[in-house]
Amino acid sequence: MYTPHTDKDIREMLAAIGVASLEELVRVPDAVRLREPIDIVPALCEADIQRRFEHFARKNTGASCISFLGAGAYRHYIPPAIAALAMRGEFLTAYTPYQAEVSQGYLQAIYEWQTYICLLTGLDIANASVYDGATALAEAAIMALNANNRKRILVSRAIHPNYRAVLKTYCDGLEIEIDEAPLKADGSTDFDAVAKMLEGKTYSAFAVQSPNFFGVVDTPDAAAQQAIKNSGTVSIAVVAEALALAALTPPAQWGAEIVVGEGQSFGVPLAYGGPYVGFIASNKDHMRRIPGRLVGKTLDVHGNEAFVLTLQAREQHIRRERATSNICTNQAHCALIATMYLAFMGKTGMRDVASANLKRSRDLATRVSSIPGITLQFEAPFFNEFVVNVHQPAARVLAALQERGILGGVDLGRWYPELSECILMTATEMTTTADIAALGDALAEVANVALSV
Amino acid sequence: MSRLASDHTASPLIFEIGQDGRANKYVDGGGELSDFLPESALRGELPLPDNSELDVVRHYTRLSQRTFGIDVGFYPLGSCTMKYNPRVNDTMANLPPMRDLHPYAPDELSQGALQVMYELERTFCSLFGMAAFSLNPAAGAHAELAALLIAKAYFKDRGETKRDKVIVPDTAHGTNPASAAMCGFKVISLKSDERGRVSVDELKKVLGPDTAVCMMTNPNTLGLFEDHIHEITKAVHDAGGLMYYDGANGNAIMGNVRPGDMGFDLMHLNTHKTFTIPHGGGGAGHGPVGVAAHLVDYLPTPYVRSRPKDGADESLAPSDQVEFYLDFDMPKSIGPMRSFWSNFAHAVRALAYIYANGAEGLAKVSQLAVLNANYIRVKVREFLETPYDEICRHEFVASAQELKKETGVRALDIAKALLDRGYMAPTMYFPLIVPECLMVEPTETESKETLDGFIETLRDIVAEAKRSPEAILTAPKYTVVGRLDETRAARQPDLRWVPASSPSEQ
Repeated sequence: MYTPHTDKDIREMLAAIGVASLEELVRVPDAVRLREPIDIVPALCEADIQRRFEHFARKNTGASCISFLGAGAYRHYIPPAIAALAMRGEFLTAYTPYQAEVSQGYLQAIYEWQTYICLLTGLDIANASVYDGATALAEAAIMALNANNRKRILVSRAIHPNYRAVLKTYCDGLEIEIDEAPLKADGSTDFDAVAKMLEGKTYSAFAVQSPNFFGVVDTPDAAAQQAIKNSGTVSIAVVAEALALAALTPPAQWGAEIVVGEGQSFGVPLAYGGPYVGFIASNKDHMRRIPGRLVGKTLDVHGNEAFVLTLQAREQHIRRERATSNICTNQAHCALIATMYLAFMGKTGMRDVASANLKRSRDLATRVSSIPGITLQFEAPFFNEFVVNVHQPAARVLAALQERGILGGVDLGRWYPELSECILMTATEMTTTADIAALGDALAEVANVALSV
Repeated sequence: MSRLASDHTASPLIFEIGQDGRANKYVDGGGELSDFLPESALRGELPLPDNSELDVVRHYTRLSQRTFGIDVGFYPLGSCTMKYNPRVNDTMANLPPMRDLHPYAPDELSQGALQVMYELERTFCSLFGMAAFSLNPAAGAHAELAALLIAKAYFKDRGETKRDKVIVPDTAHGTNPASAAMCGFKVISLKSDERGRVSVDELKKVLGPDTAVCMMTNPNTLGLFEDHIHEITKAVHDAGGLMYYDGANGNAIMGNVRPGDMGFDLMHLNTHKTFTIPHGGGGAGHGPVGVAAHLVDYLPTPYVRSRPKDGADESLAPSDQVEFYLDFDMPKSIGPMRSFWSNFAHAVRALAYIYANGAEGLAKVSQLAVLNANYIRVKVREFLETPYDEICRHEFVASAQELKKETGVRALDIAKALLDRGYMAPTMYFPLIVPECLMVEPTETESKETLDGFIETLRDIVAEAKRSPEAILTAPKYTVVGRLDETRAARQPDLRWVPASSPSEQ
């Protein structure tokens, strides 16, 4: 399919080349010939392709449940205008904009993305995107290692467990050690302990996530900020719910030198985990260590302002094994979507979405914690998700809710054995009053059954 | 692309056209932020512009009109496989139950998504002769990194920790050495022979007990099939090393010859090249990593598996007798490469494309890609050098070295002249071993008429270069901007818009 060649074309082209057949063109030495026939599904017409995927789609029943899932991937309202624009063929089918003269539109959109990320994080520079939040953290760690040549990284235990796992994957390759900073009883990072751990000046970077994995606003106090600075450790802020940047103090203001995060909340569909869009912002000191593509503004030969990929001497296609990263393809189209989302929303829309998330999550917390036998685990202020202690195995409660058509949240015992009776619940602007009532009623029933056992 | 005179005027930035009081109403707000959080946790100003929906629509429509894509014109971009991106693939990826499924939805409620991933993985195994693929990595370079981490873990497991060298031919993609460096491997660059291939003798000189991996692509980046590949993989294996296949050129081999049969132990695919996922201006990509049987345990997590479903009997369709699940419990795994499981929407697109072709169709795709490349090659050699003058695979390299000596016109200038004439530029100055290199990969989705048009345009440009080089040296003239001052961009970096009223700190 999708090949326009007529038999006549093929004959003429083979003749021009001077070979007899297509098979002759692709002939290989006997030693490496196909050992067995390719065994895959037979070709389908387009109408049957649609039927097949509609069949798969019907088996994704989780997509239409009442859902309180979050934990790094969030269901937010997406204005339809975004898809209408982003799916334009010029954007969708463009290559990386190396040829600036015919890529000014895309380059400008990326420059706007870089600006939005700077405005939201309070930092000086942002790159054109990386794969996702977790790989952004790993790349930021490498920036820090290159900045101070130390061999250990300190991370808060309240950073998304998947992000920490990915960081470990990368650090195993580089033979870098990772230590974890403990948590306090209120669900925030123990910054006193962090300050102590940093005294030895052995850590290349310290990373903390806010809102953290439990939804808690988690930023170092003045004393901890000073301790980080004194230790010569690079301060990395992680943002898994980018919407929070519209409401919370920009990380640069509490001393973050690098801010990394996941931009999925800005108009990118859930899509069972990807593609999403990671971002990296930094202060000017780290500019030449930042990985991936950067778009800059310059002039053309006529003196017109124009955009171009720049500082490419950092990148793999120029510097090969001495590059700041191996990243080549990034997430340009997702970054484009996120840029459009921020443009449509504007500051007023972003404040509306942020306040709606704060309101809905508190409505949910109030309803859930009113149920006998169920409590909120942490006291610290949260953004749009929080931890519920159901005082019985979380997996059992979630399974019972699932039978009632509700995805009640994420079982924290998966990563935190001490929280095996705890559920991370999320509410966004998409969570309705009826959703909250349905969960409340179902949970009351489930909890009640458990209490009577 | 539009070439109206007015297009030469830059579009204002989105930040320069906003006005307070033009907000759109997408979501009802929940009240004052300070009703919910202490003031100390809240930011002050949120310095984003409010724009009417129409203004934003016009802004990005205009930016799209200043962007070249496959839908606009021919993309002879070597090493990048810019083929047509079928629209049905996008429609399938955007079916609401595909688009709106949360990654933490339980496996039993995500069976459709898991089956897509499972089928795609099994298909790749058969097509490329590997025991297993992980769909976890997000792009080709990311999969290369995964593969080298797998190699590192494998050797560590076997106590062979002295294996710290990665051998990379001088024609390799830049990501190969960069990925090796990210795993702490030392890179040995291998000089190509006069035929543009890896020399088995040269290779044997650098092989030894410190050899970890040899990274190759076949056909290589000159578009040439490494005809000694069997001897190469044998030599590397004899030295105890692993062979890695860079799948960037997968479109040249699909359905006709398999990396597994060539003796490769590890490989990646650029699904966004070979399997029609749109490049989207530089991503998101999709980079499955494949392994031979002895390396399966080291794949990144999670891995999609199937198991018999409780209570299912044989009256059901085979795919309904099993259930699919994400396996995170792989003790030898290198761990996850990214936040969630896969660039799933792209797995949908790739599988839709595979369905559209079947095994025979995919083999034909590859053959026609090779046909198109050779057709352009034999025509282009009438007016430009083709340094490796033999049957190529899906791409070939030409050189403007003689033209440059004669006229001063370089590969870059030819590329810029092509932009003026409605074509994307070929890949230039890569591979590094060919001076004034122009690397052309037409792909199979282009018609003979399109190829003829391109060939004649290129012929005209070369003729004009000889007649009046100045005309080519000053190209492009008809694009929305002229050549860029890249030195200025790098020396005085301007990487963001700064509000007039405040310094960069908000």
